[in-house]
Amino acid sequence: MGNVPHLTPVPSGESVPEDIGASMAALLRRCALGDEAAFAQVYDLTARRVHGLVLRVVRDPAQAEEVTQEVYLQAWRTATRYDESKGSALAWLMTLAHRRAVDRVRSAEAASRQDTTYHQHAHTVPHDTTAEAAESSMEARRVRTALAQLTTVQREALELAYFGGYTHTEVATMLDLPVGTAKTRIRDGLIRLRDAMGVGQ
Amino acid sequence: MSPSENTHEIHALSGAYAVDALDPAEKELFEQHLAACATCRAEVAGLREATASLAESVEADPPAALRDSVLAGIRTVRPLPPRPEPATVRALPLRRRLTALAAAAALVGVAGVGTVVWHETTTSDQGQLSAADRVLRAADAKRVELSLDGGGKATVVRSVSQRKAVLIARDMPNAPADRVYELWLQTPAGAMVPAGLMKGGSATVVLHGDAATATAVGVTVEPVGGSQTPTTAPIALFDFERAT
Repeated sequence: MGNVPHLTPVPSGESVPEDIGASMAALLRRCALGDEAAFAQVYDLTARRVHGLVLRVVRDPAQAEEVTQEVYLQAWRTATRYDESKGSALAWLMTLAHRRAVDRVRSAEAASRQDTTYHQHAHTVPHDTTAEAAESSMEARRVRTALAQLTTVQREALELAYFGGYTHTEVATMLDLPVGTAKTRIRDGLIRLRDAMGVGQ
Repeated sequence: MSPSENTHEIHALSGAYAVDALDPAEKELFEQHLAACATCRAEVAGLREATASLAESVEADPPAALRDSVLAGIRTVRPLPPRPEPATVRALPLRRRLTALAAAAALVGVAGVGTVVWHETTTSDQGQLSAADRVLRAADAKRVELSLDGGGKATVVRSVSQRKAVLIARDMPNAPADRVYELWLQTPAGAMVPAGLMKGGSATVVLHGDAATATAVGVTVEPVGGSQTPTTAPIALFDFERAT
């Protein structure tokens, strides 16, 4: 009947707890003062989500590892620039992560514009994402439920942009939408997702 | 396009911006808009909360060694100081612009005659866009934004490492009939070197010539075909000393 030690910072398989929002902001304030232990906590709370997103966009595990590292170094360097009045600390970090991941795939793509597998890959994205969402966790189920409220084209456009790292112009081509409408679908989809998740305004 | 259609159109970019799905020129324009539009700032913030949730569905364990590597890495990185209060860069008062340009015009004869080259592009022009992209994405890109007296806005982005400058115009009134806008690079000695022509509207233009050592970019109204030296007072002078 001994006590089970539970020292693992983030139990594997668990997703980020709901209440990390407030603690993340407090931790980031300490990071801004150079508190490395606070930064370790930020890492433990968010690494699965940051790395998961980066890996999803970049796909190559070795490159994803590099990008995840860059994201955290940038977060450390710019923690002083985080402004609580402009959004949650988690959204701030995920925005950094997404931008870095997208920069990586776009610069790689610019270097090899001849890549003919580009479109074929992309079309499998929306379905994969939903399947993964089903397996992962409670949080992920909540996202999946919210995503189900989007129209198919909204969901596909949003997923190609967010997880695929494609521009809205590329998304329009991939989904055979008239030029200029993909950005509207992405926005409509995000608004619906935001409302369904009860986040933001 | 009427101003209201235009505003409506730029608002619609908020979603694509929140998921990093704008091309660099659109992103630049939208960020200019964001600086002035509280509604869009609030919307982007809300949409970013939604995208952060979206990432919940793809969580994945990073390699175990990454934690140590990150924590060792931050010891070598100095956190930035807090952001200073943003200083709004406004168009220089006309008197100062005239003085600067008069000095420039006086010196341009010494610098010799350059060849004026059409160097206009739009966001649909892939070849030029990539040149603009390289400047806009450069780590050392610095910009100066001005509201134009005749309406519209323009931003000059210069990368010393790329040795190029890009002018991004938004809703710039079209040049009068049989006139064009001419762009100039100001040398450290004060000479104005022709750097391209444009008609106005919303356009992204890569300036001709080496911008690495330029001290400013000027815009004047000139006869069609352009001039070798400025013949009118500048409608805008982008002083790189004020670049951020």
